[in-house]
Amino acid sequence: MEAEKALHELPPSDELWMASRQLDNGRRQTELAVPGVYCGACISTIEKALKAEPEVERARVNLSTKRVTFVWKEEIDGKRTDPTKLVGAIAAVGYESHLFSAAVEEADSERNLLLRSMAVAGFAAMNIMLLSVSVWSGADAATRDLFHWISAAIAGPTIIYAGQHFYKSAFNALRHGRMNMDVPIVIAVTLSYGMSLWETMHHGAEAYFDAAVSLLFFLLIGRTLDHLMRDRARSAITGLARLVPRGATVLSEDGMREFRPVDEIVPGERIVIAAGERIPVDCVVREGASDVDMSIVNGESMPVTVAVGTSLRSGTLNLTGSLVAEATAAMRDSFVAEIIQLMEAAEGGKARYRRIADRAADIYAPAVHTLAFAALIVWGLYSGDWKHALTIAIAVLIITCPCALGLAVPVVQVVAAGRLFKDGIMVKDGSAMERLAEADTVVFDKTGTLTAGRPRLTNAAEVAPDILAQAAELASHSNHPLSKALAAYRSGGAAMRDVREVAGAGLEGKTDRGIWRLGTGEFASGVASTGEGSQTVLSLDGEPLATFQFEDSLRPGAQATIANLRNNGFSLSILSGDRESAVAAIARRLGIESWQSGVRPGGKVDAVKALSAQGRKVLMTGDGINDAPALAAAHVSMAPATAADVGRQAADFVFMHEGLDAVATAIAVSRKAGRLIRENFGFAVVYNAIAIPLALAGLVSPLVAAIAMSSSSIVVVLNALRLRGGGQKSREDAKDDSVSSSAVLAS
Amino acid sequence: MNLLVFLIPVALLMGALGLIAFLWSLKSGQYEDLDGAAWRVLDDGEDQPED
Repeated sequence: MEAEKALHELPPSDELWMASRQLDNGRRQTELAVPGVYCGACISTIEKALKAEPEVERARVNLSTKRVTFVWKEEIDGKRTDPTKLVGAIAAVGYESHLFSAAVEEADSERNLLLRSMAVAGFAAMNIMLLSVSVWSGADAATRDLFHWISAAIAGPTIIYAGQHFYKSAFNALRHGRMNMDVPIVIAVTLSYGMSLWETMHHGAEAYFDAAVSLLFFLLIGRTLDHLMRDRARSAITGLARLVPRGATVLSEDGMREFRPVDEIVPGERIVIAAGERIPVDCVVREGASDVDMSIVNGESMPVTVAVGTSLRSGTLNLTGSLVAEATAAMRDSFVAEIIQLMEAAEGGKARYRRIADRAADIYAPAVHTLAFAALIVWGLYSGDWKHALTIAIAVLIITCPCALGLAVPVVQVVAAGRLFKDGIMVKDGSAMERLAEADTVVFDKTGTLTAGRPRLTNAAEVAPDILAQAAELASHSNHPLSKALAAYRSGGAAMRDVREVAGAGLEGKTDRGIWRLGTGEFASGVASTGEGSQTVLSLDGEPLATFQFEDSLRPGAQATIANLRNNGFSLSILSGDRESAVAAIARRLGIESWQSGVRPGGKVDAVKALSAQGRKVLMTGDGINDAPALAAAHVSMAPATAADVGRQAADFVFMHEGLDAVATAIAVSRKAGRLIRENFGFAVVYNAIAIPLALAGLVSPLVAAIAMSSSSIVVVLNALRLRGGGQKSREDAKDDSVSSSAVLAS
Repeated sequence: MNLLVFLIPVALLMGALGLIAFLWSLKSGQYEDLDGAAWRVLDDGEDQPED
């Protein structure tokens, strides 16, 4: 049954053809996202299922990116392959799969460049250090010169290759008249290399090759860690574009059907939308009736009934009936495009945030430059030996070089991200943690965030078991959320014949006992139902047998988390696209005083912006596509893993467990990480307070510089590791959310 | 001094070998799916070698 349902939601064959990449010899490659894989058994199940198909040549699952790539033949024995069958094979073993736009390869090449630079710098640092140690332990003059020359030969290309990252960034900053952390790094590395080369040519004793290269190495470790963490963040925009089908079936005047790319559809054309497909462009229904999942527009899981004359928004999902509709807007003017624009506009706000390390560099870089320059002038004038003065200036630059800044921040953030990961919270970006630590206002979406987002049958105990079983049997034929909730109670009712679904009304099926109907009161028994909330009625030959009540339940830990946040001085509010009564009820239950109902996606952005304008730092927590622009606009944002793809991508944090306590945990860990970063900065200040006078006094030899630099990096890393100890909770403890999250907040 | 003529190139060569091995493993995609690799070790698979 599961597999059958999954098959139902498969992308159509034409779309799979369009999305696949052509290889040589009539083969094609398709890449699909399979979010459900998480273990070795999943890998082998999917790979085996695909390889069992005669058309498939190769199949490989990537567990880290949760994707499957397979190569298939365009035709076999003269028959054109239907890719739906291959995707069906994945569905048949119980895994959902989706198409997605491929735009992630750029990020990979950037990561590989950083890794390669780091490897090269590591290799060079190791070998030069090896030579330097022998020089320090007293090699004779000839050997020392030889070693210096070898070091120079290794360091030169290394600085050019591994340092390109820093040179480019420093050059960019200077060109725009700004200072950043890379400017002192580049000056220190370049000057110390030039100086050491000069020294080597004149058979001098003091060369800083080791310092220059190991400085690059340490900084590259920091950069790489930072990048690996951001790597997970995929562009929210590509995620959203995926919601729109790549093509649609267009019905021409003479009744011909033609599958065309979606951006070629013009207003006025008639398109056919089958059940289970997404609406390609904004349109008006001309024939047919159906239920449409509008969660992209209003965030509610309950579908809306559509009939002739209803307008549809692109990206919404047609659930039950097939429709013919007339396009009213081209793809670029459609609803999804509108949301993309909203998000692009909103993302500017987040970009304005400057990371702690950059703000520190604003103060740090000029200070270091001034000191080094002053050392050069004062020593030059005082001793008249300008070469010696330059050596001292370089020593000042190297010893103050911001290892603590370049390494401390990323290490703390990576450790904190690992700590959060253990509690099932994914962080997209280090700066997100800095921003979360500043948050003072939490805005929640209702459905799917405060609540679990799916209806639950509340009166199962009041209904006779055999009637419940029969209702569940009938309900299992539908995709409607209420039917799905009911179908969970399936336990061997008599099989239904001739089941048909009436859009917006309910289901009808036959058994030997008569005609069963499940749906609205009016449809089932001819009497409109009364009472609050969602309900369906089951009838036999028009006689009502039972009424089923449904309710969307609160997420576990919601009460405790809300109380916890309020006690910690956060101001809380709810922004929901749902009806007023539903929102008010939840707000009352949780004790949240500020709430708004019936808010459209643009309205959520405006509300978040209004809060920001009052100087508040807003944490937006939401799951729907309609929340995505607000997630992007907020100072920092969080989404549950059950969120729509776009919501997940737009958010800075994604929590995997059901409980809402993840919000409190994430805030607590981020604040702790912020404290550790400040401690590391404090350490850097103390370290510099000791090292700079020594350097200024001319007491720092290359040996001292190398030791000081390495030890400061080690101290900073050790300090970051403190975040891992204490406060860890295992999966069992996680259930006891109220206690543990308040403990974390307090610690 | 004479020993150094051999030892230094040997040390550099060994370092360079390590570097090349790392760059090769990076290029051949061995870091693409670290989570999957951990599981694949445990997968016995079919007894016949793949063609």
